Parts: sequence; structure tokens; C-alpha cells
Amino acid sequence: MAKLVTASQFPDPDAAYRALVEARRTLSEADAAELDTKLVLILANHIGDPDVLREAIALAKGKP
Amino acid sequence: MTNIRKSVYRYDYRRSADQDTAAVARRPVVVVGAGPVGLAAAIDLAQRGVPVVLIDDADRIGEGSRGICWSKRTLEILDRLGVGERLVAHGVTWKLGKVFVGDELLYSFDLLPEEGHKMPAFINLQQFYLEKALVDHALELSNLDLRWKNRLIGLERRNDGARLTIETPDGPYRLDADWLIAADGARSTARRHLGLDFAGVTFEDKFLIADVHMAADFPTERRFWFAPTFHSGQSALMHRQPDDIWRIDLQLGPDADPVAEQAPERVRARLDKVLKDHPYELEWVSVYTFNCRRLERFVHGRVIFIGDAAHQVSPFGARGANSGIQDAENLAWKLAAVLKGEGGSALIESYDLERIQAADENIGHSTRSTDFMSPHSNAERRLRDAVLSLAPHAEFARRMVNSGRLSVPAIYETPLSTPDAAPFAGTARLGAPLPDAPLRRADGAPTHLLENLRGQFEVIYVKNGGAAKGPAPAAVDGIALTVIGDDLLDEEGKFTERFDATPGAAYLVRPDQHLCARWRSFDAAALMRARERALAR
Repeated sequence: MAKLVTASQFPDPDAAYRALVEARRTLSEADAAELDTKLVLILANHIGDPDVLREAIALAKGKP
Repeated sequence: MTNIRKSVYRYDYRRSADQDTAAVARRPVVVVGAGPVGLAAAIDLAQRGVPVVLIDDADRIGEGSRGICWSKRTLEILDRLGVGERLVAHGVTWKLGKVFVGDELLYSFDLLPEEGHKMPAFINLQQFYLEKALVDHALELSNLDLRWKNRLIGLERRNDGARLTIETPDGPYRLDADWLIAADGARSTARRHLGLDFAGVTFEDKFLIADVHMAADFPTERRFWFAPTFHSGQSALMHRQPDDIWRIDLQLGPDADPVAEQAPERVRARLDKVLKDHPYELEWVSVYTFNCRRLERFVHGRVIFIGDAAHQVSPFGARGANSGIQDAENLAWKLAAVLKGEGGSALIESYDLERIQAADENIGHSTRSTDFMSPHSNAERRLRDAVLSLAPHAEFARRMVNSGRLSVPAIYETPLSTPDAAPFAGTARLGAPLPDAPLRRADGAPTHLLENLRGQFEVIYVKNGGAAKGPAPAAVDGIALTVIGDDLLDEEGKFTERFDATPGAAYLVRPDQHLCARWRSFDAAALMRARERALAR
């Protein structure tokens, strides 16, 4: 059974997206990639559930 | 290879009577390969009353010996065999590991944070010293026939054993074995003769390994660096050994030329940066790549593979020789029981099952460590570097930093264990070696639990304190009995804590010191059933 929540959870999705945009606005491609990689690790740990992580990876790879 | 190692021990070839018999001589067990693993197996079997022939193609030890880190469980096994205290006295005891990124300490780990274990987390000791101790011990056993310069050149499987052809300085002879134990290492001749596939992953990264003689007061710790300034962009590992010998391991990358990298001036150029102003002499140098692989099965009829002949891992984690010695201990009591008619034939199958489980665990850890140290692509390297850069700021990332997860024994999921009927807390686990505990003997002398075990099926019974909660287990057929409260006293309460012991509780221990059943109260019938199960009868 799917554990990954794909329904919108942010009260203001536009603001959440905006925060991610601003975080990389002035960054080079390499620095943005590094930022994203760190974010993945930080958020994956925050979730802390290997099943959710696997489902998220599958969704990101286009195999939901 | 530079090899100016001084400590090489030589032994004489002696002609065996088996070379002169008209009919081919037959022996219950032949072990091929007198490395640490073959020696441990042969000694264990001999001490269990099984006559053993141990053959080795060389007539010396001390060359090409690479292992240095001996784990607590290995030391417990060697202590049962009778050489543990000698090795601990000789070796360098350590339990702290430190991981650096660049030149900054990232974190340190303690491999044995609790007291009350006879054996330390690890000792470092040159493999040839360990082999020397085992050979000395083997030579004292009258039923262990150690034959140097006996090289396996032919192997024929039979339903009831194996026929070996062995080359010696006097020419070849044949020998029949009811059971053959192949402990002949990563390049196993026995494996090749049986045409067995040894499949797995080969890592392309090359590593320089150097032992140097140096008077230095670096700490007695395992120190690992990711991208230190003294070895840019790669990893480095340093370990202390006895005799002022230091082991240095330097990652060289996939493109390094193994021959050029072993040239002394090239090695010195690298080591000068690591060791800075310390004068040193090169003792031994090698460049290696490594493999993570195993045989699909370890048991092939009457031919059984142990150690590197059965499985190989990378050195980060000290899971090679240590797991091999644990193979030897797992097999020895089972084979002895089968030869004596006490164990069912499925007992040998349980060696396959339990040690493949352990091998897969070791290969898994080893592969993950290697993936972390040598990322396969730029994308993987970015992920690894992100972990390293988050690690100083976030605990979760420190836990992902992998410089090698050091050898711990497997916890067997095995049909030999009787499932718990009642829950138990504590650190003792079904299918795992017993945790050691500090105790006193009845005469007041301090002792430890494991050194009191007798290497046979044994029940540890916790005295009932006089309460009428069932009788104490008097003599139970063929099972040794130790009573906590009479034979051994748990003054510090560590046994109670680690075994979640309550009055009347009973623990059935296998001959290899693994827990195979436990109960809250003693029941002779249940005990006998559990023993039958652990013998696969």
C-alpha cells in the first residue's frame, strides 16, 4: 500500500515552490546540483521511512 | 613486491607413512591450506577428537600475509582453541576508530563501549604471528598431522569422500578423505578442480598497502581520512601493529599502474607526505584491487569450502580472515558431531545456510563501504560528497559516512534455533554468540562467562534462589551444566542484564558458544528437544 503522500500538503504551494527557486537563483549549475543533493539527504532523513523513500524514488524515476 | 620482512618461520617437509602404503590411505578429514582459517578448523576438529591431516603447499609462514585486525569474536574462538591470551598479550589492543574529512576530525566510534568482556574489540597483529601461534599449538596435538610442502594437484569427488593427489618433494601420492575442507584461499586449487564459479563484483579502484617500520607516537586507533591534504582527493587508512610497524593504506584510483606504484621511490614519495618528518623503513608494499564474491554453495557433497576459498570481501571492515575463522568454528563442531554419529546429515547443510548468511552480510557491508569510498560516477560522487559536507553539522549524515563497518558476528536465522516461547530482553540473541560477562568462580576468583564454556552443548541455568519453581536441572544426558549462583556468581549483575536472566531461566548453548534455545523455567524434555533440533536429528 502506498505510503508516499502525493496530495498537496503545503498551505501555500506557490510559496513553497518560490522558496526552492530562490535557494538556487544565483547558483551555478554545479552549486545547484550540490544544493539539491544535500536537500535530498536532509529531507529523506526527516521522513525517515525507507518505504516512502523507495516510493519517492520510483515516482521521481517515472515509475510510480 | 617489496618484501624485506624479517619474521618468516620455516618448517621441514617430512615424508608421511601415507606415501608408502600399497593401498591409498584413508583419513576422516583432510584440510587443505594452513592459513589462519585452515589451522583454526584443523585444531578445532583435533581438539574435538577427530584425527585431521592438514596439508599446505609451502614450508613457511610469514610471506604474503596481509591480515592485521582480529575481531573480538575471532579472539573468543581462538581463546577457546587455546591461543587467545597469547595473541592478545602480543597484539596491539584497540577499540576506537576516527574518521577525518580533509584534516578535520569528523567523528570517532567506540567498538566496545561496555566493560566486562574478556576479549577486546580488536587487536592488531601481523598475520604471520597469529599463524605461528596456531602452528605451535597444532604441533602439540597428536591427532593433527601437519604436512608441509604437500600441494594439492588433483581432486576427485566421490559419494563417500574425495580422492586427493598431492605433490611432494618425494613425488606425488594419493590420499582418500571422508571429508575434505578446502581452506586454500582466494585462489583455491580445490575450487578450480571442482570447476566452481566464483562470481561477484570486482572493484576497479587500486589501493597501495604499505607496512613501515617507524618510531612514532600516533594513537592506537583506526584512523581513516577522506581526501586528506597529504593524499589529495583519495582516502587513507592507518593502523598500528606490534614491533613499531604501521600499516598505511592509500587509495590510488582506477587508473593507477600497479607495477609503477610499487617502485620504492614512488611509494616513498607518497608516504613522505603522510608521515611528514618521521623517519621510516619500508617493510612490505603491495598494490591491490579487490573483489566481493562468493561460491553459490559452500558445501559440495563431501568437499566443504571455508574462508577466502568460499568468499572474498574488501579489506575495509576486517571481514575477511575474521569471517573465515568463524566459518571454521561453525563447521568444526558440526563435522565432529556428524563423524561421531551424533549429528544428522542436515547439520552440514546448516553450515552452508548459516555461513552463506554471514558471507552475504559481510559482502553487503563491504560493497556499501567500497561504494562510499570509490563512487562509480560523478553523480554518485556528488551524493557522497554531500554526505561528507553535511556530516559536521548533522548526525544523520555522520551515520551515513562509511569508512568500513567493522566485523561483528552474524546472528543466524537458523533452523537449529528453537524459537523463544517467552520474550527475552538483554543483548543475548538466539542464533548469536553469547555476550561475555564478568563473573566470579565459587572460590572467588574473577572470571568471564565464555572462558568457562566447555565447547560442547551446555545449559546455563540461573539458580532459583530456593523458590519452588521447578527442580534444578540435574544431569541431563550429554549436556554440560553451569549454574549461575553456584558455579559462577554474577556479583556485578552483568550476566543478569545481558541475558535478561530471571530465577530458574535456562539457556542452551551450542558447542560454538551460540545461543540456540532459552526458557523462563527449566524443562528437561524441552531441553532435549532443543538439543536434538540443534543437532539436526
